[in-house]
Amino acid sequence: MIDFINLYLVPGLTIGSVYALGAVGISMIFGILRFAHFAHGDLMTIGGYGVLTAVWFIPIHPLLLLPFGMALAIVAALAVDRFFYRPLRQLPTIYTVIASFGVALIFRSLAQLFWSSGNQVFVPGVRPPVVLFDTFRISALHAQVIILTLIIAVALHFFLTRSKLGRAMRAVSDEPELASVAGLDTERVVRWTWVIGAALAAAAGVFAGMDTSMHPNLGWNLLLAMFAAAVLGGIGKPMGAIAGGLIIGIAEETVTYTWFGGEPLISPSYKSAVAFFIMVALLLFRPQGLFKGRLL
Amino acid sequence: MSALLSVAGLTAGYGGVPIIEDVNLDVAEHEIAVIIGPNGAGKSTLLKTVFALTSRSSGAVTFSGRDISGLRTAQLVPLGISMVPQSRNVFPTLTVDENLDVGTYAAPPGDKDAVRESVLSLFPDLRDKLAQPAGELSGGQRQMVAMGRALMSEPKLLLLDEPTAGLSPAYLEIIFDLLLNIRKRGVTILMVEQNAKQALRIADTGHVLVGGKNFVSGTGETLLADDSVRRSFLGGASA
Repeated sequence: MIDFINLYLVPGLTIGSVYALGAVGISMIFGILRFAHFAHGDLMTIGGYGVLTAVWFIPIHPLLLLPFGMALAIVAALAVDRFFYRPLRQLPTIYTVIASFGVALIFRSLAQLFWSSGNQVFVPGVRPPVVLFDTFRISALHAQVIILTLIIAVALHFFLTRSKLGRAMRAVSDEPELASVAGLDTERVVRWTWVIGAALAAAAGVFAGMDTSMHPNLGWNLLLAMFAAAVLGGIGKPMGAIAGGLIIGIAEETVTYTWFGGEPLISPSYKSAVAFFIMVALLLFRPQGLFKGRLL
Repeated sequence: MSALLSVAGLTAGYGGVPIIEDVNLDVAEHEIAVIIGPNGAGKSTLLKTVFALTSRSSGAVTFSGRDISGLRTAQLVPLGISMVPQSRNVFPTLTVDENLDVGTYAAPPGDKDAVRESVLSLFPDLRDKLAQPAGELSGGQRQMVAMGRALMSEPKLLLLDEPTAGLSPAYLEIIFDLLLNIRKRGVTILMVEQNAKQALRIADTGHVLVGGKNFVSGTGETLLADDSVRRSFLGGASA
């Protein structure tokens, strides 16, 4: 049982947090702009490298430098929206989807150009896990990631339900035409969607990069699991995306537990298939997701 | 009575194809004006053009003596115009209270709580439903949420696109009574309505639109008594 928590549940919650923070942006962007943003994984990568670079100049704990990564990701997102997505806004959304594939490649190539294609770590060396009550051995990073994600989730919930801007975002996501009729500034809502989506993507990128290492394909490799999380939570439902991310993260890790006998239920090499299995099953049997989101 | 809204020689449509041509219409302050006519006559297009939701090719719209022809919808709301579209007129996942709140964003009223209280006094049924998502309400209640949202910006002119569409006859009476109450509070109403006969009974003026052009205008009573109007648009002589 202790092994289950230490070696499966906590790592599952950690990777789940990464999926959750990435999926929030994917879900919100789909809700408001009606397109699947394929460059979201690479936006995470950009955010991760932003913090990596900041650590070179300011050698303190990388998580304290998160604002630098967020700022870089936000600037990148607003720039591609302005120059690539906005000119395509009036056309069918498939144009923007294809454009976002292109943007994904641009981001990845820029990351390779500026930061090389190799693996890089934020802080070298091995850190021993934190031992709680003599039984729980949890890496400090995992604890920090899970706590920060919970704080972000609570803050996001209050932002979306209490603040004027958050309610305007939900209104535009619900009925964009009525939002215009009500006189809401839709372009402002769109800009803030990018700001929030990019900031959370940057956090996810840093968490993922610190857990393993930074490399240009980091975000791209996580993209489809984040899409699965967004679909699971119900497209256009940011809080659903958080739940979806955590569920998929936990599912991926815990299927490799020795549930029956001494062998893992599913070999760890196949664990990334779990997210896709969940996504395909959902699209077939419950396409609106767990929290009654929009149909794709 | 001075005209609050004045439409002169308006030609507009979608993507360059005109739906309404050379339409003229005056709405006096504190009146209920209704636009009637057969399907496809351009009634909704006229209403949407006033609210800058279609592409206008010529003509002018004047509101409170000011030319508003070139303004965008988001600029018209703060001037005192609100609109309730015919369908999809509430934010379904937002609660009733949040729907009303969104109505204040484009033109924040001085005392939001007072305005909210006054809107709720018009629609007392909504008081128990404030925390409920608007999408879960009945059609009639949704129409009230939609009208409430539009009134939250304290408009001088309320544009309504078929407020009774799809509602039961019982709700028809309720909605028309509400319109009279809203007018009593000093709001001018311009609406498109399919239930022409009932609408003309509560309307001060009526405008019949046919094939995108003015057919005839007059007081509600005149139009109800007019033989050609009665035969063509009011379903026979039994008005």
